[in-house]
Amino acid sequence: MRKVLPPLILGVLMLAAWEGAVRAFGIAPYLLPGPLAIARTLVENWRTLAGSWWITMSIALAALAAAVVLGVALAVLFSASKWVERSFFPYAVILQVTPIVAIAPLIIVWVNDVRLSLLICAWIVAFFPILSNTTLGLNSADPNLVDLFKLYGAGRWQRLVHLRLPAAMPYFLAGLKISGGLSLIGAVVAEFVAGTGGAQSGLAWRILEAGYQLQVPRMFAALTLISLSGILLFLALSLLSHLCLRRWHESELGEDP
Amino acid sequence: MPRSIVSCRDLSKRFANGTLALEGATLEVQEHRFLALLGPSGCGKSTLLRLIAGLVEPTSGTITWDDGAGEGGHAGLSFVFQEPTLMPWATALANVVLPLKLAHVARSEGEARAAAALASVGLAGFEKSYPRELSGGMKMRVSIARALVTRPRMLLMDEPFAALDEITRFRLNHDLLDLWQRDRFTAVFVTHSVFESVFLAERIAVMSARPGRILREVAVAAPYPREKAFRTSAVYNQYCRTVSAALEEAMAHA
Repeated sequence: MRKVLPPLILGVLMLAAWEGAVRAFGIAPYLLPGPLAIARTLVENWRTLAGSWWITMSIALAALAAAVVLGVALAVLFSASKWVERSFFPYAVILQVTPIVAIAPLIIVWVNDVRLSLLICAWIVAFFPILSNTTLGLNSADPNLVDLFKLYGAGRWQRLVHLRLPAAMPYFLAGLKISGGLSLIGAVVAEFVAGTGGAQSGLAWRILEAGYQLQVPRMFAALTLISLSGILLFLALSLLSHLCLRRWHESELGEDP
Repeated sequence: MPRSIVSCRDLSKRFANGTLALEGATLEVQEHRFLALLGPSGCGKSTLLRLIAGLVEPTSGTITWDDGAGEGGHAGLSFVFQEPTLMPWATALANVVLPLKLAHVARSEGEARAAAALASVGLAGFEKSYPRELSGGMKMRVSIARALVTRPRMLLMDEPFAALDEITRFRLNHDLLDLWQRDRFTAVFVTHSVFESVFLAERIAVMSARPGRILREVAVAAPYPREKAFRTSAVYNQYCRTVSAALEEAMAHA
């Protein structure tokens, strides 16, 4: 409660101030709508917005899932062979540092299926933190434990399953928390670039569409949904991390609940 | 004369960075006996232990086992590190089961043996505790239980109690001797404490530093079981004085 209450109070105060200012200065809704107007728009357009929300979310979640599978698999491969790591890692970095907005048009051109191209864009953004964190985690097992496994004649597979993967868990989960937000950002950015309309379009398109029509409250409503989704994703992944680590990891030490 | 379980001949170890950790160490480890390796820090006693365990390769010299096995990866060996070295993500029971799991022992048998090992170090009831929830002494007990669960022929210990407070250390010394008398494994115990080595061992190999070598051996002829009273006995004091003098001599060599 002590953790939730202060930001909640601050949030309510800010929204009240916002609403008050919009009313007091008579600001037009096409410049800056108040929170109440945004909420009303959100409810009125719920059907379209919810449909678009699900499309964006499904791309983000699929991209995150692909990032987890490929990121962990590649990290395991990296940790198995220094040569593979040395050969591939620079390219992973290149993939990471190239702005997604710059390569998204290319991917959209190359990949015929729009959904798949959006998925690839979101995946590129989400994949790196998982790869780099998991690689770090796999290599940070206690050296004495590594010796112990050697002493008891553990094979490669046993070392991976019983030692390296559990040791990498906290690092992986930290990467996952970052990637969760990034997958959503990646999906939204890619949608902006793709700019496809129609029934199958996500929240980014709703923002663009509302912008063309100068329906600023609808832009804000879509924006609110994106922010809320990001927060939801973060909370869900934090919960997952807490459940996995609470019994043993130092990061979960701290004050008793 | 008890027979040797392992013979080290003229062992030297130079690390990749050029440090000569050990030079010409020759040592017989006799079956069922309790041997202590005593020396100042940097004398290569841990290196010697790791060589016997097969965790590092000697630069020169030979290690011969009585059953003809070569260097490295010898079955029937267990090792207790200076830190408890437990897997923080696993319960006490899962930590103790580990060596059996790696050896593909059936799960139910492994867990029964691990629970028995935990009970034998006085930790019955703590099976489901995570290392984080245990005190330093208890973690070390789990580590010892893990080492003994495989019923090793030989137990190698690398200053296992150095980080513990004195009260806990005395108690663990005592309990270790009990376990040793019960199971009769061969014990090699690295320490830098004269008092600990005299209390535990039948034979103390005193080492000198830079380069590490074995300077002399002292036999401690006091009978077992050695109870608390032994720590304050005249015999104990006499041996401590002898071993201290040997250690002084070893330090002067450096």
